[in-house]
Amino acid sequence: MCECEERAVALEEEFDPERCEGILQEFLGKKGMTVPVLQKVQDEYGYLPRPALEYVSQRLRIPASKVFGVATFYAQFHLQPRGENIIRVCRGTACHVRGVSKVADKLKESLSVDVGETTEDMKFTYEEVACIGACGLAPVMMINDKTFGKLTTDKITDILESF
Amino acid sequence: MYEKHVLICAGTGCISSGAIEVQDALEAELKKHNMQNKVRIIMSGCHGFCEKGPLFIVFPEDIFYCEITAEDVPELVEEHLIKGNIVDRLLYLDPTTGQRVTSHEDILFYSKQNRLVLRNCGVIDPENIDEYILRGGYLGLKRALTMDPFDVVGEVKKSGLRGRGGAGFSTGMKWEFAFNSQNNKKYVVCNADEGDPGAFMDRSVLEGDPHAVLEGILIAGQAIGSDEAYVYVRAEYPLAIRRLRTAIEQAEEYGMIGENILNSGFNFKVNIKEGAGAFVCGEETALLASIEGERGMPRPRPPFPAVKGLWGKPTCINNVETLANVPLILRRGADWFSSVGTEGSKGTKIFALTGKVNNTGLCEVAMGITIREIVFDIGGGIREGKKYKAVQIGGPSGGCMPESHLDLPVDFDSLTAAGAMMGSGGMVVMDEETCMVDLARYFLAFTQNESCGKCTPCREGTKRMLETLERITQGKGQEGDIELLEKIATTVKDSSLCGLGQTAPNPVLTTVRYFKDEYEAHIFDRRCPAGQCKELLTYYIDEELCTGCRACKKVCPADAIEGEKKEPHVIIQEKCIACGACLDRCKFDAVKTK
Repeated sequence: MCECEERAVALEEEFDPERCEGILQEFLGKKGMTVPVLQKVQDEYGYLPRPALEYVSQRLRIPASKVFGVATFYAQFHLQPRGENIIRVCRGTACHVRGVSKVADKLKESLSVDVGETTEDMKFTYEEVACIGACGLAPVMMINDKTFGKLTTDKITDILESF
Repeated sequence: MYEKHVLICAGTGCISSGAIEVQDALEAELKKHNMQNKVRIIMSGCHGFCEKGPLFIVFPEDIFYCEITAEDVPELVEEHLIKGNIVDRLLYLDPTTGQRVTSHEDILFYSKQNRLVLRNCGVIDPENIDEYILRGGYLGLKRALTMDPFDVVGEVKKSGLRGRGGAGFSTGMKWEFAFNSQNNKKYVVCNADEGDPGAFMDRSVLEGDPHAVLEGILIAGQAIGSDEAYVYVRAEYPLAIRRLRTAIEQAEEYGMIGENILNSGFNFKVNIKEGAGAFVCGEETALLASIEGERGMPRPRPPFPAVKGLWGKPTCINNVETLANVPLILRRGADWFSSVGTEGSKGTKIFALTGKVNNTGLCEVAMGITIREIVFDIGGGIREGKKYKAVQIGGPSGGCMPESHLDLPVDFDSLTAAGAMMGSGGMVVMDEETCMVDLARYFLAFTQNESCGKCTPCREGTKRMLETLERITQGKGQEGDIELLEKIATTVKDSSLCGLGQTAPNPVLTTVRYFKDEYEAHIFDRRCPAGQCKELLTYYIDEELCTGCRACKKVCPADAIEGEKKEPHVIIQEKCIACGACLDRCKFDAVKTK
């Protein structure tokens, strides 16, 4: 079992419904709340643990299959624990034309991960997104909420080391 | 009384280039010179010139500094703000004339534009409703509230405004359908799920002038007889969401949103919904499903949302840029609005100009301007003096326009006729080093990944087209592949359920139409003319330039490089896996491709 799976199991064993209940309070009795509820739950845990999804389903009286369906449809939801820092590399058109592929390869090589994976020390999760909307600064990536523009392969090591 | 006003751009582009550090430095420096009461700092919305950020503009003299860092601030304060001397080295350098330019009006990037929707972006503080009102804000709403709702619909219809989100449907007609639907509850939905890679105008409008969008939503609500709106914003746009929240709170305080707005008896409520990352949610029926908390998948139309939309109620869905046009139409009249633009496309359009041009950023131009004017005047031409090859308009739904179409007037109808589409207004410029087959592959990879999977033509068709394109770019193309691509593309276009599938083949069809020779070079000659498709390249070392430093030999994963120290190296072609590592590593540009 890898480190992140172990962590997931540990988290599921110590699942505390009270934390979920607190989030659910403001949504009970309102319609169309699946997406915002899952967003809040993910903010709380960093991902969507299975017991939390089951708890949400029971409390909102929505079939678990439907909650799971929504959680897997949107790119933003994660069913596995994620790293401390989230790297989002922009794969938009402008970044593509200005050579983001090389930057992406360098990042993946430095972290020894593939798209969607987390480094063994749980420090970074590497993701690729359609467009960050900062095309003027292409190629671009975000680490957490900070945007890094005009990237070159030389800048990668320094940026990663600053975290 | 303030003597000077300093505007620092606080759009997402400039913030990531260090605008906040510049703000902190300026505050500290002003404090040091005890000038806090003399100089006012305004953190504005996006100026569009993201490439040159952070931008720093000093008023009243209107001096435009760009690419400012925190280290430049003491000099700016000392020289300009205290002594009144312009700091020449920080002014914009015109790439064509080599001259420094002082005012933004003299920069071609701005002077060719017609900023109507962006009139406030970068001028006002987006977090202060008073500044919006001072610039004529909410006058459009005031006028609408004195009019009969039917006349408001008529005014918008008469203006000729067409939806800026993609398809270009008449906004007035959309409103009319919703107006005519009888129901005790109707909704207005603002589509801010800007997902097209390469487009960021909606983000900039929301960040730079959120009240204009709110005013447009309110007018739409009054016109169609609705009392509630949803703004569906991408979660990837945290700053836009925050500014919109602030704007809603301020508008509520001023009585522009809430009960009995401006004593007219009109009640209205605005909610924000955050998207969760699905491109297809930009499609209106998928967006509604997402607001309802379902998987964001489209459904067949009719019934159209104007008849049966959110929770089964009549719903009017408009895009951010469309709604930001509405207050102007109401304030200045339909005739004024329709005086700008072409016969079939009225007003202006904001384009996100990016890629291999000198000036990248947002530009708003009158409909009917030519591609040449946008790329060469506003964009300042191609970077590093390279040759123009094509411009990709309209993102994954659009197409590539070659050099022969440089004088094509940009409006809804002429672009559609040329096989592209206005789409959301992304405009990515490409030079001779962009491979058109690889570009088509790139877009298909995007649409294939974002296809929701509900209808077969889109789910399967995008997948098969992608496979074929991947094969071609890997040098495994076969005779008949081009025809196969055209056949699948036409089928997907004709038979997909929603706009995503119906337009997904456009990048393939236009590249085949205008750049067939590149496809043929890949398939028959196993050659990539642009030198981008790695598998099709042969790497070799230029003996003249090689110093024998061994850097390439060390980095080669296949042990394909041989040579003695300080002697020119050679690549053993049989062993080379064409990974390009040596090319990236070489400091002397000695590794070449052919």
